[in-house]
Amino acid sequence: MAEDINDFYEEDTQKGKFLTFGIGREVYGIEIGVVTEIISIQRITEVPEVPKYIRGIINLRGKIIPVMDVRLRFKKPFREYNERTCIIVVHIHELSIGLIVDDVAEVIFMEDDQIVAKPDIKSAQNQYIKNIGKVGDEIKLILDCEKMLDADGEVFLMELK
Amino acid sequence: MEPMLEMFIFETNQNLEQLEQITMNSEKNGTFSKDEINDIFRIMHTIKGSSAMMLVNEVATLAHSIEDIFFYMRENKPENVECSTLTDIILESADFIKEEISKLEAGKQANASASVLSESTKAFLTELKTSNGDIVQEKTSKNSIKNQQYYIGAEKTSEIEEVLNVFYAVIKYQEDCEMENIRAYTVVNSMQDIVKEMHYLPEDILDDDNTVCEIRNNGFKMWFTTVKNYKDITKLLDNTIFLKSLDVKQLASVNECEYWPTKKEVVKEVILDEIPIKPILATKKTECHDVHQTMISVNVEKLDVLMDLVGELVIAEAMVTQNPELAGLELKNFHKASRQLKKISSELQDGVMSIRMVPLSGTFQKMNRIVRDMSKKLNKQVELVLIGEETEVDKNVIEHISDPLMHLIRNSLDHGIEIPEMRVKNGKNPIGKITLEAKNAGNEVVINIVDDGQGLNRDKILERARENNLIYKSEADLTDKEIYAFIFAPGFSTKEKVTEFSGRGVGMDVVMKNINAVGGTILVNSEPGKGSMITLKIPLTLAIIAGMTVKVGNASYTIPIVSIRESFRPAEQNLIYDPDGSEMIMVRGQCYPIIRLHKIYNINTEVTDFTKGIIIMVETEKMTIGVFADQLIGQQQIVVKPVPVYIKNISNIAGVTGCTLLGDGSISLILDAVGLISKL
Repeated sequence: MAEDINDFYEEDTQKGKFLTFGIGREVYGIEIGVVTEIISIQRITEVPEVPKYIRGIINLRGKIIPVMDVRLRFKKPFREYNERTCIIVVHIHELSIGLIVDDVAEVIFMEDDQIVAKPDIKSAQNQYIKNIGKVGDEIKLILDCEKMLDADGEVFLMELK
Repeated sequence: MEPMLEMFIFETNQNLEQLEQITMNSEKNGTFSKDEINDIFRIMHTIKGSSAMMLVNEVATLAHSIEDIFFYMRENKPENVECSTLTDIILESADFIKEEISKLEAGKQANASASVLSESTKAFLTELKTSNGDIVQEKTSKNSIKNQQYYIGAEKTSEIEEVLNVFYAVIKYQEDCEMENIRAYTVVNSMQDIVKEMHYLPEDILDDDNTVCEIRNNGFKMWFTTVKNYKDITKLLDNTIFLKSLDVKQLASVNECEYWPTKKEVVKEVILDEIPIKPILATKKTECHDVHQTMISVNVEKLDVLMDLVGELVIAEAMVTQNPELAGLELKNFHKASRQLKKISSELQDGVMSIRMVPLSGTFQKMNRIVRDMSKKLNKQVELVLIGEETEVDKNVIEHISDPLMHLIRNSLDHGIEIPEMRVKNGKNPIGKITLEAKNAGNEVVINIVDDGQGLNRDKILERARENNLIYKSEADLTDKEIYAFIFAPGFSTKEKVTEFSGRGVGMDVVMKNINAVGGTILVNSEPGKGSMITLKIPLTLAIIAGMTVKVGNASYTIPIVSIRESFRPAEQNLIYDPDGSEMIMVRGQCYPIIRLHKIYNINTEVTDFTKGIIIMVETEKMTIGVFADQLIGQQQIVVKPVPVYIKNISNIAGVTGCTLLGDGSISLILDAVGLISKL
């Protein structure tokens, strides 16, 4: 019982909250629930034989986790990391992974009616977007983390070739 | 798990282990000695009592019927005993009980029927009696059946008011039984349905741990009134586990009792209370037996966590004491303190490692049973010699080598050892010998399985290898060792006939896989007609290994020291380039292929000229190769961490088995020799 209540509250406080970050000029958002922490860019150890967007592995206080460059994942050109570059550590399905982004903006709250379904455009880049959020005049692209981590499918095979 | 059940499982398993050892020993001697009969009787008695208490009735009945046999043997000392049949019965029963216990352990119901086993046991007893000219003693078996009833159907209290008998009983336990108070409590519990009123001293047996001493010294005293007669009570109490002595006196009335408080409720209350056994169990000890140590069981996961933490501590320590910011500073006291820290942390590391170390004896003892069963079925006579059982190996490693060892022993027995007639014909001792030997060698454990059988058939293996297209170079170039290594290829078997135990060709490749999984290696050696020897080399532990770290470009890689033969900077004249672009190195007249790490892993580096970098000769049982890297960084103890699952899922990076953290917090990938060779 007690757990149920806890779950309920936890979900409640995190619901509708998104961490926003920038890649180039776009602003993306991910559900705050999956985010464990945000760290500055670290020394990355390269791992051979993985797709380019997997930059390698980092040492997160003794834990070794892979890091993915979201830019490269979205097939945008690589940009040198600087002091604004961040790693967002997310935890999904028992899996920790770091997402390298240009910069982290803020945590925003969006009501359900501010979020609309994505337009039905069939392009590779679009498949990682779950919904589109509107805050004022700004558009936030809400990421589908699971899809992004999913290495299956054509994209993965293409990268390998 | 319920503490009571846990204790029961623990005790019974230990008893069974002992039982197996005693039985096999007596089978070897061809007779059951007086001590052995007593021991088995005691073990069976204990198992019967405790399993009846835990309501595992089938086990209790089975144990009881075996107990009967040994009761008879103890009392009547029969001369004609079918030793090996009896051993079979005992071992089969032990297997049955083990099975049931493991069911309980898994939280399931122990519900298999032992009736067949019990029947055959009873039949054996009848036969034993008739063959020794004794009339079947109805009495013993009847009595014990009654005993069963008391335990299981304890609720059968008499409804009819009868004359109450008053008894005074003193129970003394064996010295090493431990937890006297709980055992006393189980007695009280088992009695509570047949007594009208009951009082006992010491009183607070559950809440007060000091009562253990009192019971130990003065015995557990009980006064009670019951409708049962003297005989019944004695019989019931006689079944108490770890009973040393029992003294039951019938008293004329309750007035004669030394201790008979008027408040009747007191006792009942104590009985009905929840049993707070837990704190007492925490101090639980193993039965005092010379072979066993005092131990507690700890979840391996907890040890893994501890190991991880220590690993991190070692790294963190290096990060502090070798911090680049300290360079050039005069810090006398700091260095003193950091040396102290280093000492403690390395001792801590040794300590944690030693917790995880388990002697091989358990695994080795299991082989006794296999050899026994198999040699019987195959009509071969085999003696198994165990050497170095006390050698300790990491718990995880043990789990991985138990199966391979079993396969190898089976193989030796089935393929290696000849039938006795054959052996005599070849001028050998009709009794074959298999030696299982373990010894420490540095950071490794070496296990030898030696048999004095017919040895491996080189030509046959070669022929079979040809059929299976396993030969990878010209036959003339194959060394004996390389030929023998074919037996580990999947689906390989030279045996024409598939037997129950081996010959299907599965097994040896599984052995190889299992041993490789723990980073071990296998060597086969054989001499036709004289026998063969299989050597397993297994790292002591998986968690921490000695590694050589090398640099390639900006990346570092670590190669386990065990697979490195040597490393050097090559001279131009020793390098060979063939027209296909393959590169080779000549070392002491032998030619080895070279792998460039920067090439296979696509790393940018300035060092591409062999004479500017370093070549590390990496050895596997198949072949030796040269691995080219920029420079050596150094040798150190590394904590092996798995490659993140996510990356593993994406691609199985050939040659990389794990990663480790270096002193400066950076990550190094651990290379595996076998994987690297596949890159050639």
